[in-house]
Amino acid sequence: MGLTVDHLQVCYRTLRGDVKAVDDVTFSIEDGEIMGLAGESGCGKSTLGNSLVRMDVRMRQLGGHVELDGKELPISDAKAMHDFRFKEVSIVPQYAMSALNPTRRVGRMVAEVLKSRGFDYKSALPELERRVKLVGLDADILKRYPIELSGGMKQRVVMIISTLLNPSLLIADEITSALDVSTQRAVGEMLLEFRDRNFVKTTMVITHDLSILAQVADTILIMYAGKLAEKAKGDVVINNPLHPYTQLLISSLPEVGIRHDEHTLVGIPGRPPPLLNPPAGCRFRDRCPFAFDRCTDEPPFVEVKPGHSVACWLHGDGVLPSGGV
Amino acid sequence: MTVLGMDEVAAEAGEPVVDVGAGSGKPRRFEFLYFAVRNKKLLFGLSVVLLFVLFAVFGPLFVRHPMLNYYIPFRPPSKSFWFGTNYFGQDVFSEFVYGLRESLLVGLLGGCGATVIGMTFGFISGYMGGLIDEALNVLCNIFLTMPVLVLLILVAGFLHHTSGLIEGILIACTTWTWSMRAIRAQTFSLVSRDFVGLARLSGEKSRQIIMREIAPNMSSYLLLVFILSFGGAILTAASLDYLGLGPSNGMSLGIMMQQASDWNSLQLHLWWWFVPPGAAITCIVGGLYLANVGLDEVFNPKLREL
Amino acid sequence: MLVLDNVTKAFKTGTFGGGTLPAVRGASFEIRPGEVTALIGESGSGKSTLGKMILRLTPVTSGTITFEGTDIATLKGKQLREYYRHVQGVFQDPFSSYNPVYRADRVFATIRHSYFPGVSADEWRERVDKVLESVGLNPVDVRNKFTHQLSGGQLQRILIARALLLDIKILVADEIISMIDASTRVDVLNLLSNLKTRGLGVLFVTHDLSLGNYISERTIILRRGVVVEMGATQKVFDNPQHEYTRMLLTAVPQLHKKWEGELGAEAEVMGAASQDQDRGRPGRYSKSSLHPLAGMRGRKGRRAHAVATEREFAAGLLRTDTYLRTHEEVPPLIAIEEDHFVAIPTGAR
Repeated sequence: MGLTVDHLQVCYRTLRGDVKAVDDVTFSIEDGEIMGLAGESGCGKSTLGNSLVRMDVRMRQLGGHVELDGKELPISDAKAMHDFRFKEVSIVPQYAMSALNPTRRVGRMVAEVLKSRGFDYKSALPELERRVKLVGLDADILKRYPIELSGGMKQRVVMIISTLLNPSLLIADEITSALDVSTQRAVGEMLLEFRDRNFVKTTMVITHDLSILAQVADTILIMYAGKLAEKAKGDVVINNPLHPYTQLLISSLPEVGIRHDEHTLVGIPGRPPPLLNPPAGCRFRDRCPFAFDRCTDEPPFVEVKPGHSVACWLHGDGVLPSGGV
Repeated sequence: MTVLGMDEVAAEAGEPVVDVGAGSGKPRRFEFLYFAVRNKKLLFGLSVVLLFVLFAVFGPLFVRHPMLNYYIPFRPPSKSFWFGTNYFGQDVFSEFVYGLRESLLVGLLGGCGATVIGMTFGFISGYMGGLIDEALNVLCNIFLTMPVLVLLILVAGFLHHTSGLIEGILIACTTWTWSMRAIRAQTFSLVSRDFVGLARLSGEKSRQIIMREIAPNMSSYLLLVFILSFGGAILTAASLDYLGLGPSNGMSLGIMMQQASDWNSLQLHLWWWFVPPGAAITCIVGGLYLANVGLDEVFNPKLREL
Repeated sequence: MLVLDNVTKAFKTGTFGGGTLPAVRGASFEIRPGEVTALIGESGSGKSTLGKMILRLTPVTSGTITFEGTDIATLKGKQLREYYRHVQGVFQDPFSSYNPVYRADRVFATIRHSYFPGVSADEWRERVDKVLESVGLNPVDVRNKFTHQLSGGQLQRILIARALLLDIKILVADEIISMIDASTRVDVLNLLSNLKTRGLGVLFVTHDLSLGNYISERTIILRRGVVVEMGATQKVFDNPQHEYTRMLLTAVPQLHKKWEGELGAEAEVMGAASQDQDRGRPGRYSKSSLHPLAGMRGRKGRRAHAVATEREFAAGLLRTDTYLRTHEEVPPLIAIEEDHFVAIPTGAR
């Protein structure tokens, strides 16, 4: 059970050709697991998340297979997905809290969403109020307009709406980016709360901010240039990453307590490769300090330790460059 | 603004929220051209207008009968009189050709004038803000509520004769309000952008900032405003002519329609007198508006269909 | 070098401009040469407004900003141009800072026009190349390119290079790295830090504590337009006094420390304080009374504890905000120790 993604390929159609934002991605999330999907801008993480719920008019699935709770998820068929959306899969999209209709009271908005799925607002109201109180808001928030709410309150309202029908899969796209530090924590704790109370079975948290994932995610999946780089349990990825990209990325993040004079951090030189015509071989090759001749072939994403998968020849099949250990 | 802004910007530029990579050297202008030649509305609208413009330019070469000569009246279209003759026996075709030229010129003058005045006031108002903005707004409101008709009647009363030039100027002076408002709104949104702030930090003077930083970013919008002003001016001129407030000497499409209506061409079934000018005005203005919609799609990536 | 004295900025609000929204109230601090000063505040704290006031992009409502002895509000025309020769800014969104109609290196041409009219084309080219290299860019990579062909990091560096061409003394960096990819952020940060070796004073405006901690010598914490704590970075971070600062430090998500870490003591103190306020009764309250499950071990206990802590944060923020809102005068800054000032009252007991 849970989510299984098998060799998924999704591209964007543009003037200049097809941009392969998600290039042959395979992974799975168990029931009750919160998986963080991290990467920089342009790595394809948002595309991956969005393609599982709603394919944009510019997106196209080129191949692959997605299964949720044992059933196939017909992500390219918009009509078929309509039945799944909101009930089985749900998304809190980027900028969701800015997208609340300013002319509707919150309660009315919820009623409209429920009605579109064939549910009655009045019968759902007690549960709705219970959840609103659970996340630390007042029940009378349903009578307010979005403009009266703060950013954190809006984000929480959006999350409640998205999870009202207890979806099996929740995709949270950059839900903490625009928030103050104190509300980031509230929203993060909310994700954990929802999982613990079984409102949501599997959660995929998409973000560029690894420190949030360090707090809420059970496993972390790192994406680079459309491909998967590393997947492991949260603290393993943070403390003992294997992929050079992850290692360099984590060591370049400033933390409270590190000062420039004492310990100068170093970034990763260069830029991610263009996804329009990606280079052959390992996509990180040009920026990787450990690249060797094997890297001209694309490394497979394999499990090198229990629960820890990497796409890197340094750990792939035990073959290391000469002179290595 | 947050980290999300970058993706937003990329999405606004029409690119998917994925880095397509460096090295794509073509600037936006070529992108516009690419879409422009593929947009049906734009092509169709422009062709219609172009047709009439060519007709106006080369028409006099085909005029066989001078406009002011009188021939046999009430003649329907025939081989010698392509558009027939009117109540007085004048050649409708030659009237039409010269009337079309006049209408287009007055429209151009009025449209250009309205756009220029609107641009000037709009830029100043949008960039300066504060009291100057308030004052110009008051001016704009005065002109909005001023009855153009009354003004023209007064002018007609004072001047012995009005010409197309005066009509054009009057249209410019009374219809600039719409374009001023539109340009002012766009200028507001651009002034708050960081590159304008940076221009101020670079020591650029206000006039330079408006001309070099703000206006070029609005070039597509200004083009749209001009096209709409042009179409609107033609329509306004035709309406004024129809009411008898047009040029006292000369011919225009509106004057043709006025004469046709005054001399009962409808009842007398002289359809060839009012249908050509009416159709011409409709087609030109309609074509301009259609081209405008098409151009909007070309310039705005979100409206495009790939 | 640049001194702010009781600076206030109030925006007019309301239909007829009747109301006022105070964005900044009574801010007083200094930017010194050879130092990075971090201005830390969340959204709505007024930090960007302060940056804009220093750059003369928005006028000051009351108070003075003095640069090398001159009140900058009095500068006009040529004097203002001279001011910009010494004080420049870099903004948050690199893609918005460039006019999309032109190529990226036009930013150099505009200052050449205003500030270096007599310089020959060849010499100008040399100077630009040299300054580009000094910020870690290869001139060949960035010359003649349009904005969309360059990355956020490159664009920000070009803007820093532009400022360096002018031989500035103060640079206002307003959230300059929040829109750059995480892997290249730290390089721009390092660049900013290196500027102080040239004698520049940098005002680094950010919402991110870890960044402020990384490069700044002095830190100013801003809440709702009021300076609540300021001083040497080490002292502020090691010994936070104001309730808001402490909340910030405990709530910020970190890579190697979970949220629940040090909350116990904090929650207890703040919980006790609020209970006192509410019920007017003295006395200590044990951890378990915060929430029935708070004392329990395991997941449920952790969650209940976190819920309780989150409520304490909200209550603490509310206390600070209510005080700031209801009191006209800005709370004065008192020296706790050398080079460490806190606004009194601090909220925490």
